[in-house]
Amino acid sequence: MLYREAGDFKTSYVKDSQTFPIKADRMAYFALLAVAFLVVPFIINDYWANAVAVPFLIYAIAAIGLNILTGYCGQVSLGTGGFMAVGAYACYKLMTGFPEMPMLLNVLLAGGITAGVGVLFGLPSLRIKGFYLAVATLAAQFFLVWLFNKVPWFYNYSASGQITAPERTMFGIAVTGANTPAWAKYLFCLVILVALAWLARNLTRGMVGRKWMAIRDMDIAAEIIGVNPLTTKLSAFAISSFFIGVSGALFFAVYLGAAEVGEAFGINKSFLVLFMIIIGGLGSMFGSFAGAAFLVLLPVLLKNLLVGGLGWPTDLAAHIELMIVGGLIITFLILEPHGLAQLWRVAKEKLRLWPFPH
Amino acid sequence: MPDTLLYAIEVSLNGLMAGIMYALVALGFVLIFKASGIFNYAQGVLALFAALTLVGLQNGQIPFAHLINAVFGTSLHGFGWTLPAVVAIALTALVMVGLAWAIERLVLKHLVNQEPIILFMATIGLAYFLEGLGDVMWGADIKKLDVGLPQGINEAIDNATFNWFGYGFFIDNLDIVAACVAAALVLSLTLFSQYTKYGRALRAVADDHQAALSVGISLRFIWVLVWSIAGFVALVAGIMWGSKSGVQFSLSLIALKALPVLMLGGFTSIPGAIVGGLIIGMGEKLFEFFAGPMIGGATENWFAYVLALLFLVFRPQGLFGERIIERV
Repeated sequence: MLYREAGDFKTSYVKDSQTFPIKADRMAYFALLAVAFLVVPFIINDYWANAVAVPFLIYAIAAIGLNILTGYCGQVSLGTGGFMAVGAYACYKLMTGFPEMPMLLNVLLAGGITAGVGVLFGLPSLRIKGFYLAVATLAAQFFLVWLFNKVPWFYNYSASGQITAPERTMFGIAVTGANTPAWAKYLFCLVILVALAWLARNLTRGMVGRKWMAIRDMDIAAEIIGVNPLTTKLSAFAISSFFIGVSGALFFAVYLGAAEVGEAFGINKSFLVLFMIIIGGLGSMFGSFAGAAFLVLLPVLLKNLLVGGLGWPTDLAAHIELMIVGGLIITFLILEPHGLAQLWRVAKEKLRLWPFPH
Repeated sequence: MPDTLLYAIEVSLNGLMAGIMYALVALGFVLIFKASGIFNYAQGVLALFAALTLVGLQNGQIPFAHLINAVFGTSLHGFGWTLPAVVAIALTALVMVGLAWAIERLVLKHLVNQEPIILFMATIGLAYFLEGLGDVMWGADIKKLDVGLPQGINEAIDNATFNWFGYGFFIDNLDIVAACVAAALVLSLTLFSQYTKYGRALRAVADDHQAALSVGISLRFIWVLVWSIAGFVALVAGIMWGSKSGVQFSLSLIALKALPVLMLGGFTSIPGAIVGGLIIGMGEKLFEFFAGPMIGGATENWFAYVLALLFLVFRPQGLFGERIIERV
């Protein structure tokens, strides 16, 4: 009875084409934002920030980025880990090279640098399609990780080969480094995520997004109706890499604090983000969030259940987790190839009619 | 002859041998891709799983011992026997057939007519699942695999080349065995697909699913068959790689190298898999030999992928692949 579009009259085109056309959706969205900005920062503690909230926010950015490329533009990429590494190392060089720069600018510039690298590795996509492209993006993954491992300039010649985030502030409050309060980490990531998600949502429903989707659905047909594959594919690579670069920068600077490239940004990271958008739903904003939340929460839950609850050894729990994630991927693809986002859509559809069957 | 040239020859010979190892994994990919159009990412993990099962059976490990111990508080470890290699290999082959049947039953059957990219992602899920399953069944520690294959430097080649050039080439016996096995495998696969009833059915399915169905070929049987063969090829690859560098998780990463091999050779060509393997193997060893010291070494991690990438820009279907024709 609560979730209805009846009586919600649109009197202008702007209102008709808004992101949340149903009033209950709009209210829920603003309520969620209010809770995220006004309630959570006051009650969050270190455990929740580090185990759940911050990784969720960061992976959500990465998932949106990959979803733009794979879900909206149809170019499968297995190079996410490599591009996150570019963001992280660019951010590190900016942080250490220009200590006075505000952290937000560092993060955005790191994203911009990653966008450039993304375009470079996106160039072959004009010739190579489908699986071939997926494997070709592996070249980016392995080459970039190797590069950051082997060229000492990138990690400022540190003896361990690691990069460590120095303390940087926004408005006088530390957002990176060891002295960062939990709420500052959380809020910093949240602001960036909300801004980027807003940007992505509006890009995907505008002309750029429609071009991406035309290329995804059938590239030759899209070309015939006047969509330029060069600019369309490369813009998808650039914007997707920007998002992924920002998430990589945050992942290193805010979440990890110190990172070793092979460990933090290996091939498994690429797959993790890919799984997020498969489970969440390809080509859906909600799906990016749902998938990120699901795969961030799943290990935490399983660990609490198997190790904490049943007292199993950690390595066994880790292997069971692999099996469960793999099994879930297959189950999702079989039962609902459009992921959690589709379940959400179906649920909303049912809710609109409830309590009547038709 | 100058020393550098001799070294280069030795390096490229070793590269060729390594390439054969890659080709062994790539073969399994090609088989499945040809027969079902599925790009089977799990091939590498199949090899890992086969090798783990082989070691486990050989040493008489109890499957799921770790899990059972954790659940029931027992301390099981092994049955206390060791199986001869031949028996263990035969049993593992059976396990792989069972696995192929289960995969068809539980996964592929439900995904018929889905887009190729969905099937590809399903095999990524399968890879994760099998990796977890292998670890839970047999434990994740690095295991030594020994099925009685000869190992170490080949004395004959060493002596012969020493007499000719005054410098003995180091070629591993195991690599030579692998080369022979790969040759035998390709030969028998070719004979199988040319001269047997099921081989013909296999080729028919590869050619056109619907036409094959209409003349009464059971697609599902063919899929089980082809996944069993791929499982068997994975077993062979697992034995070779396992004997060479121990059975461990990195096996499935090495198998990832089969992907550039495939791209180079074309997804649909068995000779392509072999030639691609040789090019990649030799290319990456030579590149490491000449350029590696200048730019920091360990170039083997990425060279194969970048080579394949550059190559594809000029020939998107690979060396031997069928031409890609696109229509609206």
